[in-house]
Amino acid sequence: MTNNLRFKTSKFIDETYRVSFKFNNKTYFGFKGDTLASALLANGIHLVGRSFKYHRPRGIMTSGSEEPNAIIQLHDNSSRTEPNVRATEVEIYEGLVASSQNCWPSVNFDIGGINNLLSPILPAGFYYKTFMWPASFWEKYEYFIRKSAGLGKSPKVADPDIYEHKYIHCDVLVIGAGISGIMAAKMAAKNGFKTLLVDEKSYLGGSSIYDNSEFSKINNQITSSWLEKEINEISKLENLEIKIRTSVAAFHGYNFLLARENLTDHLPINQRENKVRQRLLKIRAKKVITATGSIERPLIFDNNDRPGILLSSAIKKYIDLYGVACGENNILFTNNDTAYETAMSLIQRGIKINAIIDNREQIDSKISYEVEKNNIEIYKGYTVVDTYGYRRINKISIMKLSKDGQTVVGDKKNLNCDCLGVSGGWTPAVHLFTQSGGKLKFREEDQVFIPNVYPSDQISIGSCNGDFGLEEIIRNTLSSIKKFLDIDNSEYKTVETISGLNQSKRNIWLLPSDKSIGKTKSFVDYQNDATAKDIKLALREGFRSIEHVKRYTTTGMGTDQGKLGNMHALGIISETAGTKMGEHGTTTFRPPYTPLTFGTIVGRNVGEFFDIFRRTPIHDWHVANNAEFENVGQWKRAWYYPKDNENMHQAVQRESKAARDSAGILDASTLGKIDIQGTDASEFLNRVYTNAWSKLAVGKCRYGLMLNEDGMVYDDGVTTRLGENHYIMTTTTGGAANVLGKLEDYLQTEWPELDVYLSSVTDHYATISVCGPNSKKIVSKVIPDLDLSDEKFPHMSFKNAKIDNIKCRVMRISFTGEHSYEINIQANFGKSVWEKCMDAGKDFNITPYGTETMHLLRAEKGFIIVGQDTDATLTPIDLQMDWIVSKKKYDFIGKRSLYRSDTIREDRKQLVGLLTENPEEVLEEGAQIVANIKKSPIEMLGHVTSSYYSPNLKKSIALGVVKGGKNMLGQKLIIPMENKNINVTVADPVFLDKEGERLNAKL
Amino acid sequence: MFLINCPFCGEREQSEFKAGGEAHIVRPKQPTELSDDEWAEYLFMRKNIKGVQFERWNHVHGCRKWFNMVRDTSNDQIKAVYKMGEKPPVK
Repeated sequence: MTNNLRFKTSKFIDETYRVSFKFNNKTYFGFKGDTLASALLANGIHLVGRSFKYHRPRGIMTSGSEEPNAIIQLHDNSSRTEPNVRATEVEIYEGLVASSQNCWPSVNFDIGGINNLLSPILPAGFYYKTFMWPASFWEKYEYFIRKSAGLGKSPKVADPDIYEHKYIHCDVLVIGAGISGIMAAKMAAKNGFKTLLVDEKSYLGGSSIYDNSEFSKINNQITSSWLEKEINEISKLENLEIKIRTSVAAFHGYNFLLARENLTDHLPINQRENKVRQRLLKIRAKKVITATGSIERPLIFDNNDRPGILLSSAIKKYIDLYGVACGENNILFTNNDTAYETAMSLIQRGIKINAIIDNREQIDSKISYEVEKNNIEIYKGYTVVDTYGYRRINKISIMKLSKDGQTVVGDKKNLNCDCLGVSGGWTPAVHLFTQSGGKLKFREEDQVFIPNVYPSDQISIGSCNGDFGLEEIIRNTLSSIKKFLDIDNSEYKTVETISGLNQSKRNIWLLPSDKSIGKTKSFVDYQNDATAKDIKLALREGFRSIEHVKRYTTTGMGTDQGKLGNMHALGIISETAGTKMGEHGTTTFRPPYTPLTFGTIVGRNVGEFFDIFRRTPIHDWHVANNAEFENVGQWKRAWYYPKDNENMHQAVQRESKAARDSAGILDASTLGKIDIQGTDASEFLNRVYTNAWSKLAVGKCRYGLMLNEDGMVYDDGVTTRLGENHYIMTTTTGGAANVLGKLEDYLQTEWPELDVYLSSVTDHYATISVCGPNSKKIVSKVIPDLDLSDEKFPHMSFKNAKIDNIKCRVMRISFTGEHSYEINIQANFGKSVWEKCMDAGKDFNITPYGTETMHLLRAEKGFIIVGQDTDATLTPIDLQMDWIVSKKKYDFIGKRSLYRSDTIREDRKQLVGLLTENPEEVLEEGAQIVANIKKSPIEMLGHVTSSYYSPNLKKSIALGVVKGGKNMLGQKLIIPMENKNINVTVADPVFLDKEGERLNAKL
Repeated sequence: MFLINCPFCGEREQSEFKAGGEAHIVRPKQPTELSDDEWAEYLFMRKNIKGVQFERWNHVHGCRKWFNMVRDTSNDQIKAVYKMGEKPPVK
């Protein structure tokens, strides 16, 4: 059966290289050079898939990236498995495995096909209309809808392939290596422009490379021969880089483009090892030449979707390029001359054409006369009204069109066939042009949108610019490239063309039928099963905007994005609504032009590179000592150190108790550190912090609160005066980069007169905090030369010291309320000093603690964590931190906002402590706080921001923000939870040692 | 993605920069003298126009300098860049 479909005359197919592959578990053979589609067609297979909604049998329809039907699952059940791959783009290789999608149990017999019979009750918007009622049932509907949604299967295991990203800069980028793209690339490269030429196909030359017709010639040579010489010539040009199998996915502003280069998809699996599969090219071009060609339009008539119905240009390509006949009894159905080129290609190989149906009454071109000479009957002024055959077309009905083309007249006539080629003219591929921001205009005479206003230094040439005739393409390419590149086009002195086609066309968007529209299935979007009837229904129901009709009917929303049918949808809308085509515009063409794999998008940013993290200099010690880690900003911070199968709660309780009873040690290296120098450093701090800084003595530390200009708390931390004009500021871990940015902003823009210099030194120091009643003893062992007496080294002061000759800074500051020291030392000594402290603390049960214990200890003291207890809606007054806001300073960032009408409201949310009635009950952070649960709707007063069980106080403690909370001390409130209400009392946020006795105790 | 001509470094990718809102809004010298409305005008009110707009930009992954840009927000064309404190070179 299959032998007579392969005509071994193509130079693109290597007949000596037979390739076996599997489709739906059956083994077939093709040749090197075949696509999966051409190989299947050569084996007589048209039916390859089922449609999305009605599960109708569908066949290969096109020969390129516009394919809506022949989308398959590649590599069954393997880590490489990939859904929705276009069979028309897959180059076959030995061992390829593919299968049909969206069908069960098989593509030949699919249970889902019942939807086709149910189609009268499945109109556009069916799901919106049906599953609304009753509203509570949605969850049940959703389960079934989700089960049946989607095409193909995604892989379940990690992708074994390698992907990468690459930047390319060029003078001229030429997209599309058809005849005009080849000419443009040659002209650019020969005139000294660094040029990049890309094409999505595996070969150069576009459709002209297999144009062997006697009816179109260039300089008296067959087009393909002339073009081959051109290609030979440009492959040797030094200035020109050529990339095949490279599809431009996106064309952004400023000539920034993304392209996907396919490197290994055409190779047998065993040859792909350690090779990059796909590369995402990030191209920045000074000038862009778009030569993306055009896509043939189908025709819209009843049952226009059966397997065996292909675009006429696809039939031509399959025979001319792959040497494959799509059928043995062909009929062509057209409204223009291009189908006659297909006819000639078939005639030359002796493939039978039963008839040509032409919408036009009169046909007057050399090529049509030539076809007629071959005794092929041409039905002029006819249309196809119906087709027959379930898994493959076997018959069509035709009728005569009325004069105005709106109805059919006369008798119906049946014609047998096994393949129907349709041609509705051509649609310029303007997708990339519009993505770049270009504006289109509508050309009435042949009903096409063409580029009009260019938003950047770019130009469209060839048929994507609306030039369809060979003569026109070559003439306009030469003149516009010459102008665009400002060059002398001496490369092509004489180019003479002959073409046997003329451009006449009878455009009817929706062809009439003898049946009423309600009884027809004329597909506009094949993949999503949107019909002309659905579009008309949408209009009847009041939709007018093309974007709304698109979403309601799902026209153009498949993986092919409606490359074939979108124009017809527009045409049917304007015909039905009685408006002019150009007025509606088009739907938005969004990137990517063809789907990209996730692998291509992420490139090498996978695994540990997906979201990079920062490690402290002491990180390895934490790992070796069983720490669990928490992500804080980009940092990995030790969270807690479980011992002997402890859970988090047990570990944190132990750590917290040890820190207060004897000694704890914390890696605080992640805190942001900004070195501030300059004669105006004090004045600068005065302006950025709420409190006063001028009088801070050298060697002293001070806690500071930083606001935004709107008065809300932005960051906090301790800043130390190292010298007269030298400070070191610490910031929160997560806020470090933003604080530096904010300080730089004010210095550069508002206060450029200040003599202040900022440097981030976060990474330069390791910071080790030792706290607890025994901290003094431990630090004195580590730094014996340092006088730690309260007189010489009181709380909130700093000393320069040395550990084994290495300079370090020691601050006596505390975030836990305990006597504590912070040692800052050059980062690479961090780990050894940490180990020294551990060693010195052995006798004192020194206990390493993580961020969770740190949070607990500070919560006992009522110290806030910016970002946990605050959320950019709280002023220092709201936080009951009035003490830190200077009354004397004339100005600081955010000061004026502290007495706006809004910020002085009494009923703002304010920070309070919360104690549960049952001291064992620990609140959930984020839980809502209410006063009255009887009156609905229940008024939300605030929420819990921090909550812990304190092992030192032996009770549950929490912080929260509550409306008017400042004046609610002692009041009872309720935390409603899913299955209980928890009673709490508003308390002072400082739960432990309000007087600071622990901090100032004589040790 | 724009190409931005940093006045200190030259032409760089947009990904190196951070936008910082409307330009030429000067922080009042004596905020405490202002009424709530006047302070709100400085604090909150921004033009956000369609068309030619004066903006602040920061070369955050480069020299970290702030500068001004004149950009047509309707087509993203950059008309000019200039240093902080300089007068806009275009109207």
